[in-house]
Amino acid sequence: MSMTDIFNIAMMQGFAGLSLFSVLLLMGLGLAIIFGQMGVINMAHGEFMTIGAYTIYLASTLAERYIPSFMEEYFPFAILLAFVFAFIVGWIAEWALIRHLYKRPLDTLLATWGLSLAMQQTFRSLFGAREVSPTLPEWLLGSWSPAEGLDIPSNGLFVMMVTLLVTGFVLLALYRSSWGLKVRATVANRAMANAVGINTKRTDRLTFAIGCGIAGIAGAAFTTIGSTGPTSGSLYIVDAFLVVTFGGAASLLGTVASAFGIAQTQSIAEFFISGSMAKVLTLLLIVIILMIRPQGLFASKIRR
Amino acid sequence: MSDFDEPHDPFLTRRRILQGMAALPLVGLPRLGFGAPPPTAKVNTTNLAVTDTEVTVGQLHSATGTMAISETGSIQAEQLAIDQINAMGGVLGRKIKVIKEDGASDWPTFAEKARKLLVSDHVAAVFGCWTSASRKAVLPVFEKENGMLYYPTFYEGLEQSKNVIYTGQEATQQIIWGLDWAKKEKKAKTFFLVGSDYIWPRTSMKIARKHIENFQKGSIVGEEYYPLGHTNFNSLINKIKLKKPDCVYCAVVGGSNVAFYKQLKAAGINAKKQFLLTISVTEDEVLGIGGENVEGFYSSMKYFQSLNNPNNIAFVKAFKAKYGANAVIGDVTQAAYLGPWLWKATVEKAGSFDVDKIAAASAGIELKTAPEGYVKIHPNHHLWSKARIGLAQRNGQFKVVAESPALIEPNPFPKGYQ
Repeated sequence: MSMTDIFNIAMMQGFAGLSLFSVLLLMGLGLAIIFGQMGVINMAHGEFMTIGAYTIYLASTLAERYIPSFMEEYFPFAILLAFVFAFIVGWIAEWALIRHLYKRPLDTLLATWGLSLAMQQTFRSLFGAREVSPTLPEWLLGSWSPAEGLDIPSNGLFVMMVTLLVTGFVLLALYRSSWGLKVRATVANRAMANAVGINTKRTDRLTFAIGCGIAGIAGAAFTTIGSTGPTSGSLYIVDAFLVVTFGGAASLLGTVASAFGIAQTQSIAEFFISGSMAKVLTLLLIVIILMIRPQGLFASKIRR
Repeated sequence: MSDFDEPHDPFLTRRRILQGMAALPLVGLPRLGFGAPPPTAKVNTTNLAVTDTEVTVGQLHSATGTMAISETGSIQAEQLAIDQINAMGGVLGRKIKVIKEDGASDWPTFAEKARKLLVSDHVAAVFGCWTSASRKAVLPVFEKENGMLYYPTFYEGLEQSKNVIYTGQEATQQIIWGLDWAKKEKKAKTFFLVGSDYIWPRTSMKIARKHIENFQKGSIVGEEYYPLGHTNFNSLINKIKLKKPDCVYCAVVGGSNVAFYKQLKAAGINAKKQFLLTISVTEDEVLGIGGENVEGFYSSMKYFQSLNNPNNIAFVKAFKAKYGANAVIGDVTQAAYLGPWLWKATVEKAGSFDVDKIAAASAGIELKTAPEGYVKIHPNHHLWSKARIGLAQRNGQFKVVAESPALIEPNPFPKGYQ
């Protein structure tokens, strides 16, 4: 084993940690908005991600059949479409289900869990019980190899880019747009926000739908690294909640920090001990830290 | 008390009288003529749901829930076999009627539905289960109520029951010959074992490790298990790169499987650079993984859809005619297809639907029409079958590159491997 080999492995391992960080952040973002800003425990988060994944599948199938020349470019458009689909379903779910339960947070848990089961069975009826495999453009497969023996996965780079963009947009929207102002006002003090003329019901619906839309983007991006099937979303739901709760529910910065912490711990531990033990170690650390700081890493400054 | 508990006088109950009347037109015919089905009282002495024209069987799989991904193929194959048997005139002159129950990927539900099939429906046999967990859940029910289960999945072994026929491979049948092939053809001496973290991969890897270390004098350079549903394998892949094994030997399942192969490919590990042999990827799994991600890797199974023999060509044709031209057939799907045929052959040999007689008659039952080729039931209720190595193609099919010369004896309790 030469020095270059060790250097290469160290580089790739560093990238593995960053890649896991972007995956965790992307899956947590939508949830952070819904759970953090609205206090709704959205158990169907994973299924909104699945909507995104199936959008990619549909788009790739359609592109393959009707416009094969478009196969190399369809992916970014399909991701936007994934946002739109998940947004619409989120909008409807809020209107039909969630808005009746705002004062009963534990009931939202049950209701959204039911929603997740219903959505899973819908996927199964629409697309079949088996997993599907969307055809990805060539540039998303394989690796970027700047030096001999050093392979940086293209799909990892891609997910990282998407995470960067989405996080940037969300931060910008939350702190620089009128929607963000309304959301923050509603979170801080709902009655007062109402009193100064903010339509909090409308804000809630929009917030929920945007959270779902971002889940859709995450699901779409994850087709490059994971599976597409009726229950694919359930693979991510536990990690997503972990990231958001650990970070401190109402803080986006906390979500970022917690995704980074969990990703690095897990990725480094996985390298030195076995996979299952790495998971145990990560979860153990999270439990201990949450025992000391039940509010999570970053608590939001809101009046309660 | 149900009428099943009363003595079998055909004129005792109204239903029996009606059945008797339905049979009246036959009275004028010579009863012992060629092809006349044997009387119900003779073929069914244990209150099974068998009439003069019909025999009821159960089918118990997950049509919903996470396992529906895998079990759909088995449901389809068993139905196809039953349809074909019915088209040929049924079993002992009786058409097969199927009661379908959904285990819903939930093990207690499997046990409950198994009890329902045996106790309320009195089915003559059950074709079902997929995961070991579901089989373990129903096993006590089948043993207590004395039912007959035909179980299709390749599994970890360490089990044998009078009430179960295992139509898939137990672990040694799938693993040992494949490893010997890897040593002989691919000169593999160092192995990296990867699996999902539950009983089947762990038991299989234990057998693989014993065989590699004790019998092949090779070495294991890594052994790793990841939680079911794990989706990030980059650290593992770096470890594989660090150890540079001759062979990566994997048993990763479910959604993890897809993530594993996609990330392997993205990390630059492909068939040109790395020899990989798996015991958990069939044509079914490739649907989700994508042929481009497993192209050039090897799979160790007993059946591949591309097998070129007349039985299999007919089977694939019939399967596609019923389920669409894009349908694929994996190892377990084929094993599920054997279930009804083996049961039919056993019933005909025993001359009875009674479970005890079938259990006793099972040993030595042959099936010359099996798509995988000739199979035979061993006294331990597993199948003698061949082992094969398939090379994954981009189109999602496997090219059979090696086949064991003889049938391999099932050995669910292998000595020296535990």
